[in-house]
Amino acid sequence: MSIILDHINYIYGGDTPLAVKALDDVCLQIPDGQFVGIIGHTGSGKSTLVQHMNGLLKASSGHIYFNGEDIYDKDYDLKRLRSKVGLVFQYPEHQLFEIDVFTDVCFGPKNLGLDKKESELRAFDALRKVGLPADLYYQSPFELSGGQKRRAAIAGVLAMKPQVLILDEPTAGLDPKGRDEILDQIKTLQTETGMTILLVSHSMEDVAEYVDRIVVMNRGRVMYDDVPRAVFSHYKELEAVGLAAPQVAYILHALRDKGFDVDAAATTIGEAADTIQKALDRAR
Amino acid sequence: MGMEKQRNTGRMEIVRTKDLVYEYIRRDEEGNVEGITRAVDQVDMDIRQGEFIAILGHNGSGKSTLAKHINAILNPTEGTVWVDGMDTSEAEKVWDIRRTAGMVFQNPDNQIIGQVVEEDVGFGPENMGIPTKEIWERVEESLKAVGMYEFRRHSPNKLSGGQKQRVSIAGVLAMHPKCIILDEPTAMLDPSGRREVIRAARALNDVEKVTIILITHYMEEIIHADRVFVMDGGKIAMEGSPREIFSQVERLKELRLNVPQATLLAHELQKRGIRLPNGILTIEELAEEIGRLRKP
Repeated sequence: MSIILDHINYIYGGDTPLAVKALDDVCLQIPDGQFVGIIGHTGSGKSTLVQHMNGLLKASSGHIYFNGEDIYDKDYDLKRLRSKVGLVFQYPEHQLFEIDVFTDVCFGPKNLGLDKKESELRAFDALRKVGLPADLYYQSPFELSGGQKRRAAIAGVLAMKPQVLILDEPTAGLDPKGRDEILDQIKTLQTETGMTILLVSHSMEDVAEYVDRIVVMNRGRVMYDDVPRAVFSHYKELEAVGLAAPQVAYILHALRDKGFDVDAAATTIGEAADTIQKALDRAR
Repeated sequence: MGMEKQRNTGRMEIVRTKDLVYEYIRRDEEGNVEGITRAVDQVDMDIRQGEFIAILGHNGSGKSTLAKHINAILNPTEGTVWVDGMDTSEAEKVWDIRRTAGMVFQNPDNQIIGQVVEEDVGFGPENMGIPTKEIWERVEESLKAVGMYEFRRHSPNKLSGGQKQRVSIAGVLAMHPKCIILDEPTAMLDPSGRREVIRAARALNDVEKVTIILITHYMEEIIHADRVFVMDGGKIAMEGSPREIFSQVERLKELRLNVPQATLLAHELQKRGIRLPNGILTIEELAEEIGRLRKP
């Protein structure tokens, strides 16, 4: 059970002189339960990539297999796919529209054809999973704070019980605590439910902290696909394509330049503190 | 540091708020009043010409509402805001105020209207009735100031997020403001886009002496600011130099904020018993201080 992208190309404006190859021979395998970060500069193809995974965009050529089935088969049920592969867009709060939060979250399951009771049970479950306080369930979505709106919108997708949750920059515009809270909640979801998570992000620090694997997109191609420490060891190449390594990597490189024996591949604050502490113990 | 520079020069105030209060009325679906929210609560703030000011605060802390007063998008419920000596509640001053204090918002796509970069940048001065020859001079100098001159004949659609934001800044700059307010200008940008925009803002402050008021959720972006204000519940909760502010790691976390990564790592090492000074802000400073510990 997994998502497999097999030689995916996506060209838009195909019949015009302005044709752009937004995805160029992308091959990826995403096994169940993985937490994958997708990074790339603006326009690198990462949003286009994730919109293929739930069938919102159709590849110009290539195949996508979800749980072993080709989603481009004539009789494949794309509506069902979209409930299994949930996509939370950037600024999802712009898509809240119902009179209260609870009704909004019920919209997805109802739209799948589930009865009222089942829809409501799923909505309660989803709202609990995103950690939204119960006294907000019957408030207008427009009265919530930025972070709360974001959670309500994520709950709306979770209520469809997806196996894969794709989040396109879920923390853009949130304050630091709000960013940590949302990402902690997503991590908890992944560990508790075994859901596959794909996180599109512009924050190298967030990606380093949370994901098992990073896919780096550049000009529509997969540039790197590896564990965070391996990907971020290419920090010079990442800078050349508009990205960076997490800040701690630069501190560790500066220390290595001063002759410290630190592990420069550490990518989180905790790992960096560990290796600095060890190096200092050895040097004193 | 910036603070000392400012204290000695005694330059005039570009922005001043006195007892500023802003309240808005919440209404339900039928339009009945549900309550009143005080978004800005008794704020006194003095910003001197040429300062680089940062405003931090969690979502809903009132920082954007405060910023909108400086551009006369909002008017005080109580108290007064002066921009370059002009009271923002005087309706006939609105255009002078907006020319003096320009604003750049979060989403570059909502701010760019021209088909070609130079046309977009020329829109502001044209609207002000500036003669054509001078408009072109202003467009050229503004685009050069943000490093976008070579893109002057490009379509804005084809630019990256960071480039679009720099075009937005040039558009404000072409109106020759004394002050530019940037309200989360980097929230939607990738790392290099963020770097480009912050570099452009710093250059305008250093070279052109434009007062910069930067609102952001990225702590790294403000380590070079002269002064930092932290908002909470509509009030100013903290004020000081970046070093003063960021040495209070726990207090900032209470306010739903954070500190730059170098500061955070220094704090973590301190907790583990490694003796580092407080107030480390940059990668270079931290590497330097750790280097010092090795000596016998």
